[in-house]
Amino acid sequence: MAAAARFFVRGANSKLSISGVGTGTHSPFAAALLKLSPSSSSGVPTKTQRRHAHFSFQADPAPTQYGPTEKMNMFQSVTSALDNTLASDPTAVIFGEDVAFGGVFRCTVGLRDKYGKDRVFNTPLCEQGIVGFGIGAAVAGATAIAEIQFADYIYPAFDQIVNEAAKYRYRSGNLFDCGSLTIRAPWGCVGHGSLYHSQSPEAFFAHCPGIKVVIPRSPVQAKGLLLACIADQNPCIFFEPKILYRAAVEQVPVEPYTLPLSQAEVLQEGSDVTVVAWGTQIHVMREVADMAQEKLGVSCELIDLQTILPWDVETICKSVVKTGRLLISHEAPITGGFAAEISSSVQEQCFLNLEAPISRVCGYDTPFPHIFEPFYIPDKWKCFDAIKKMINY
Amino acid sequence: MAAAVRSVNKMYGVCFNASRQTTGLTASRLLQHRAFRVGAVRRQQSFDSTLEKPQFPGASAEFVDELKFIQPNVISGIPVYRVMDRQGNIINPSQDPQLSKETVLNFYQKMTLLNTMDRILYESQRQGRISFYMTNYGEEGTHIGSAAALDPSDLVFGQYREAGVLMYRGFPLDMFMAQCYANADDLGKGRQMPVHYGSKDLNFVTISSPLATQIPQAAGAAYAIKRENMNRAVICYFGEGAASEGDAHAGFNFSATLECPLIFFCRNNGYAISTPTNEQYRGDGIAARGPGYGMLSIRVDGNDVFAVYNATKEARRRAVAENQPFLIEAMTYRIGHHSTSDDSSAYRSVDEVNYWDKQDHPISRLRHYMTTRGWWSEDDERSWRKQSRKTVMEAFEKAEKRLKPSPELMFTDVYEEMTPNLNKQREAMWRHVQQYKEHYPLDQYEK
Repeated sequence: MAAAARFFVRGANSKLSISGVGTGTHSPFAAALLKLSPSSSSGVPTKTQRRHAHFSFQADPAPTQYGPTEKMNMFQSVTSALDNTLASDPTAVIFGEDVAFGGVFRCTVGLRDKYGKDRVFNTPLCEQGIVGFGIGAAVAGATAIAEIQFADYIYPAFDQIVNEAAKYRYRSGNLFDCGSLTIRAPWGCVGHGSLYHSQSPEAFFAHCPGIKVVIPRSPVQAKGLLLACIADQNPCIFFEPKILYRAAVEQVPVEPYTLPLSQAEVLQEGSDVTVVAWGTQIHVMREVADMAQEKLGVSCELIDLQTILPWDVETICKSVVKTGRLLISHEAPITGGFAAEISSSVQEQCFLNLEAPISRVCGYDTPFPHIFEPFYIPDKWKCFDAIKKMINY
Repeated sequence: MAAAVRSVNKMYGVCFNASRQTTGLTASRLLQHRAFRVGAVRRQQSFDSTLEKPQFPGASAEFVDELKFIQPNVISGIPVYRVMDRQGNIINPSQDPQLSKETVLNFYQKMTLLNTMDRILYESQRQGRISFYMTNYGEEGTHIGSAAALDPSDLVFGQYREAGVLMYRGFPLDMFMAQCYANADDLGKGRQMPVHYGSKDLNFVTISSPLATQIPQAAGAAYAIKRENMNRAVICYFGEGAASEGDAHAGFNFSATLECPLIFFCRNNGYAISTPTNEQYRGDGIAARGPGYGMLSIRVDGNDVFAVYNATKEARRRAVAENQPFLIEAMTYRIGHHSTSDDSSAYRSVDEVNYWDKQDHPISRLRHYMTTRGWWSEDDERSWRKQSRKTVMEAFEKAEKRLKPSPELMFTDVYEEMTPNLNKQREAMWRHVQQYKEHYPLDQYEK
């Protein structure tokens, strides 16, 4: 977790003037030293590590049916959802590591001041405690919104989620439940996150009846789906694509609204290939669909799955019956990834409609690497190539 | 920080000695007493390097220039609070809670009824009538003493050896049996193994098999309950073995930092299945861990129902009044096997078990207290034993005859609502069972 904290020190935004011995890149000492290094003295600009993102975020048109909208990025849309919740539900509480000052991704900025220390508070550094505490609060009737700082750190809470939260209602004969629990966690690749700041663990939880797993692709989706999860009377895990927190900007309704869970959304209709993805990967696939149309004359039907569990089998199958081809893409490793579940179910139900084997373009079966991220991720070229192969099968 | 805490406690202490005699505090008066405690008192420290005192944010202490390791004290650890000696005589009269005859008789009858039910259900598992059972032999005092000290509205999280708490609160024998038989009357709808009881009406959260998971949950529930301001507490039971789990550490730490009105009640009965305490921990039991978390802690004689009662009563009063957790370690002995799947003669001597059964048993100690006062005679004992055996057997026979719940209930309550996926599986299950019905025990289940 100290690694996470270091990860997010943004010197430019810091109000502290750090001087003194060896205290960071903004001390005059360090800057002077770097100026003397060879690549700088030759007049050539120093090489930065930052590269271009592997996608470009595509905003959806502003929704008109939920009232006035405001420009928000994805972390602001999350804050808005949480703000709406704390305003309307007096039992609602938000807790986790570092949420009090606003959170390492700024999702809870301003909420503690607005709603009080008893409602927005830090917990000790302990994921099994955060989720266990959240379950208990929900059992006692509170709307409990737990934040896990990175999805990569959710595993200590795995027992509480799988053995307890998911089974609370069933095992008690519906005497008790923790339906008012929602767990939020930043999710997915971010360009430099490496093994422990890039993971997409949805497949681990897809195998767990009793919870819901939801992943938004944009700020409007994030707010609506998060509010739906909070309202839903089942424990929900809400994964937020961290690379979209600042990069994704849309006009988002200010008032609360919900979007349906377990209902996949057809973003663009097509006739040749069904393409299924979720989260950040939707924006990759939008570009792939354009490339396929332009270079191959192939019409793609793009579907955002949104809810991983329980997932909308019907919408996917209906599309595959129409197109005869299916491509599923996710960042998580291919073996046992959620694409395998979709693939298996679709081939059971749509076998005779298939024109080609179902294609999965996913991460390799390695831990998420640091410097090799450009080679690891299921980028638009890999997906484009997969479509080409399917068409020519 | 410690000084600040002490002064706040003193302030509240003054208020509370006065209100202790008052029964039925109204919610509004409670609000006056029960603010959100020291959490509001932020340590706004100005660091001053001219002072020869540590300035570290992490601890409040003095400097010392002698290298010395703190020695954990396990030879003479935290003392064991008791009210009665092993013969049931009151040692210090000021500690006698002076409960009414009616109350004490009720304690005794609940403990013995539990014992009777345990004997019959253990035997029924041996005969293949139920699949599994866990007895409470020797620990009846921890259940009844603590349950009696709580309010009926207090929320209980248990581990699996707290049936007496449920019995004390009035859970009917029929319902105990229904759960063990997993019949159509089971409130849990037949989904769990025997002894995984639960009751919403009696504020007893359904038991789950994974150990210690209830501990951080209890902290969360206590926090939510604190915000409701309704004079409710939470109690969380667990064994000394479960206290080794990470969830226990999490629960203790969260309850202290988040100032929860919660009683942690550890039944230290000497064994976690076959693992004795010297293989479970090396420190001074569980009570010694409390101070490490900033928690008020006590060790009591778990076989002394009055000691358990007094400690729980006081802990409950203060937990609610001061919004802080309390740790009670009740020392006792697990006279029975861990469960019907265990034969404890494999790892402990019969002599050891007999000592506790004969020389230091919560039921006999309370009986001595009662007989000394002329509240219980041999005749009372005989007729009560006969009556309790009869009522248990009646409930038992009734539960055994009852059908099991409908297999429809296999698919409900996974989510609050039925999902399309589960619906399809349900229909597929019935189609299959219809086709192959002779291979499925449908006649034992409701339709």
